[in-house]
Amino acid sequence: MAHRDVSLRKSLSRRQLLKDSAAVAGGMGALSLGQFIPWVGASAEDKPAIGTWPAGSQGDTVNVAAAVPRTGTYAVQGEDELKGWQLAVEHINNGDPLLQKIAPKVTKGLLGKKVNLLAADSAAKPNQAVQEIQTFINQNKIVLMTGSTSSAVAVALNKFAQREKVLYVTGISGSNDTTGKDCVRYGFRQNFYGETAANAIGPVLVKQFGKNRKAAFMTPDYTYGHTVTKSVNDYLNQNAGWQMVTNQVSPLGTQDFSQYLTNIANSGAEFLINVNWGRDAVLSIQQAKQFGLLPKMTLVVPYQIPFLAKETGPELTAGVYAATDFWWTLEDKYPLAKMFVDAFTKKYNYRPDWGANNAYMSFAIWARMVSQAGSFYPPDVIKQYEKGETFPSTVGDVHFRKEDHQLVRPVVIVRGKAPKDMKNSEDYWEVLDVLPGEPLMQKPDAFGCNLGDYT
Amino acid sequence: MVNWANFVSQLFNGLVLGALLALMASGLTIIYGTLGVLNLAHGAMFMLGGYAGWLAFTYTNSFVVAVIAGSLFVMLVGVVMERVIIRYFYARPHEDQLLVTFGLGIVFVETVRFFFGSLSRTVPAPPGLVGITPLGFMLYPTYRLALLGIVLVALLALYLVLYRTRIGMVVRAGIEDSAMVDALGIDVHKVFMLVFGIGALAAGFAGIVNAPVVSIAPDVGEAILVQTFTVIVIGGVGSFPGAVLGGLIAGEIISLTSMFNPGYSQVMLFVAMTLVLVLRPYGLLGTAGRE
Repeated sequence: MAHRDVSLRKSLSRRQLLKDSAAVAGGMGALSLGQFIPWVGASAEDKPAIGTWPAGSQGDTVNVAAAVPRTGTYAVQGEDELKGWQLAVEHINNGDPLLQKIAPKVTKGLLGKKVNLLAADSAAKPNQAVQEIQTFINQNKIVLMTGSTSSAVAVALNKFAQREKVLYVTGISGSNDTTGKDCVRYGFRQNFYGETAANAIGPVLVKQFGKNRKAAFMTPDYTYGHTVTKSVNDYLNQNAGWQMVTNQVSPLGTQDFSQYLTNIANSGAEFLINVNWGRDAVLSIQQAKQFGLLPKMTLVVPYQIPFLAKETGPELTAGVYAATDFWWTLEDKYPLAKMFVDAFTKKYNYRPDWGANNAYMSFAIWARMVSQAGSFYPPDVIKQYEKGETFPSTVGDVHFRKEDHQLVRPVVIVRGKAPKDMKNSEDYWEVLDVLPGEPLMQKPDAFGCNLGDYT
Repeated sequence: MVNWANFVSQLFNGLVLGALLALMASGLTIIYGTLGVLNLAHGAMFMLGGYAGWLAFTYTNSFVVAVIAGSLFVMLVGVVMERVIIRYFYARPHEDQLLVTFGLGIVFVETVRFFFGSLSRTVPAPPGLVGITPLGFMLYPTYRLALLGIVLVALLALYLVLYRTRIGMVVRAGIEDSAMVDALGIDVHKVFMLVFGIGALAAGFAGIVNAPVVSIAPDVGEAILVQTFTVIVIGGVGSFPGAVLGGLIAGEIISLTSMFNPGYSQVMLFVAMTLVLVLRPYGLLGTAGRE
């Protein structure tokens, strides 16, 4: 039954996707076979055609596409991300001052072309995301793909991008593998990940709670969960003798966590380190409270979930330590963060969470790289990223590491506020520290990254 | 983590989960048994019950009103669905029935998402049932204990309707041979509508009473639908006692397996289903000849 269920839904959303993109496809329909035809003499630069280049950037519009979860366990976070990409595209097209701070050579549009964003629901499923992006490549000749909010999707799109030779910037992806063993030449990641999260939050926990403590882990059963749990446990175990008394691994989309929580209740743990994400995190935390595990045990969220406090209620996140990518009160510290939060709040009537910020930044950075390179030719854009130039972001100066295409960027440590300390309805977290990224990262080759070819 | 305390706790967890699955499965199985339609919108109706109840709760602050509103609303949806759409599909192939109910499920889920978004919504347990009860071998959420009682009462009510009333007799006769019931001069169409309504009511009721345990979101019915199907296959399609037995077995399989390795609990459920299909294709309490 499960199989039929999935395949039916897939075919329906594919149809929806085709319909949605029909308007755009209309204008470019003539190009639908372009992928297989060598574009002789199409380029003044005299480079062989690669991926969707030059077909995708010959008109006055370039298409970019997102496969983003709008249903399922990560739907809430996916919607937020999508808004971040939409805002970035709008800013690229009208040459917004914020975008120009990050990408000074962008005026209106990118290299004189309007950017058009296409989107489809991935439901956080890798096969669905790849199919959708394939359709966008075939029909719309997209010059950039994005999407995830599940590292399983990110890893799949990484490999797909490398095969199709179309650039990919990740959405939210926390797995070490994304710029580790599954890294690719055509993929780039803006946000923090398991290893940097662990090395950021580890010292805070040890300082706060001391050595030789007992922790239960809750881990979603895929690349993100396994790598984050390993990084966090390695840090706590090797540096402070913390013991993992149980690791409860659950499938993505679990509703009832009673079995897992019962095991934890019988494990003797003092800490509940919850790596679950999206709705899985909301449900497991709410149910941990129902079973009396909270507040008896101390909850830790090593990889922050956008809107967690809003969904569980701030009573459950009060005092909880978390590592994150961005939180809106950073507007007090960084001028660009203020510009971003203001622009986003004005357009969408709520303050952005880190998924929207990551989405905005990853597109803004791409616009910077394309405009600096002066070309959509993928190897040129990749080499621009790999120059490792320092540029401003909403969390201060950052740069890309050329060996694994990971952005070197700070990690933010936050602690949940009690309801009485909240200054407004979205003031859920207090920023405790912003840690420089470089010292938190592993050596570029430590996770087996091999980027592969340019062409 | 196999020790005595954990074993007893998990056994208990399995009972609570199993009771809920039994309730869901009995709704699905009487519809299938009588009408021959496998209702793939059953999970979405579970979700609708949760939302209707939540909406009623936000206006009245009463859990009882929420339960009544959630159940009746979904029953109404079921009756309308049967009258307007499903009845045109009785004579059509199973594939068409699956597609139309699957499609309706998507419509329900996306309509709710359109109006309420994807954020989780919480219906708090009624006062008095909040908190934790010590059971000796473990601490257990009070509402989950109450839920066990609530669901058992609902199952008993369903049993009484099916086995102790005239209408129940007609329904059971319809499961065995609806053509014969028709021939005896009973208006089977009215019965069909009623059966669909009762099946929907069971899903809606399950949805709202489960809402304080698992906060609701548009996709909340997806996972439980799959488990419910497994339950009716194990118990025997069309059999009410089979749905109850299958539900309890499924609940225990999931819970006890997770004691050793939670990753395998769903797999073990499907293993059990496969075993049943091989050894007793019509299910534990099913009857050969029913589809």
